[in-house]
Amino acid sequence: MPYFLLAQAAIVIVVLAEIFVLKTGLLSDIRFWLAYGIVVFFQLLTNGYLTFNEIVTYNPDTIGGTRVAFAPVEDLFFGFALVSLTMFVWSKVKPSKGNS
Amino acid sequence: MAMLGFVVVASWWLEFAFDTRVLRDPKRVLKTLAIVVPFFVLWDAYAIAQGHWFFDPAQTLGIYGPLNIPLEEYLFFIIIPIAAMLTLEGVRNFLPTVQKWIARIRKLVRS
Repeated sequence: MPYFLLAQAAIVIVVLAEIFVLKTGLLSDIRFWLAYGIVVFFQLLTNGYLTFNEIVTYNPDTIGGTRVAFAPVEDLFFGFALVSLTMFVWSKVKPSKGNS
Repeated sequence: MAMLGFVVVASWWLEFAFDTRVLRDPKRVLKTLAIVVPFFVLWDAYAIAQGHWFFDPAQTLGIYGPLNIPLEEYLFFIIIPIAAMLTLEGVRNFLPTVQKWIARIRKLVRS
């Protein structure tokens, strides 16, 4: 399964997991989108650095070919899946005693 | 490695500046990582095995963990999610302050 399909599937799966399982409500919370906006800015910087310097390279057969800041657009999908799932699960997991 | 160091420096100060209570709650961090990270480690392993992406041996440490995944990738899957938690909590704690500032500026503009 090529990267572009996996990346698209990952976003759909994470959003469905939030809507039907985790139900944190973050998708309609401005604070989630502000936080994601900050993260994606830094992703463009760091991932741009990694791809510009060819520390990471991609097989052209598995990506669509669209690039944002040197990196395949699929990386943004991968990043959204990783970052948003982390924020959803983090919000779902209760703080330990003494940290509420 | 330099890039991972940058992310640590750029995100971990939020814990202290905005009282995010992320690093002070390692249990909650570990629980979150334990649920989220396996999916992405498996994805990484699959992508490496299928040749979706490659890491330059000259620009990485050359240390490989299980599933043929470079050490930097394992560190990535710890550092990036923690940065995400810190950013979310930072925004949660700082947004009310920003809203107060905006209200104050509005008052000043009106008067």
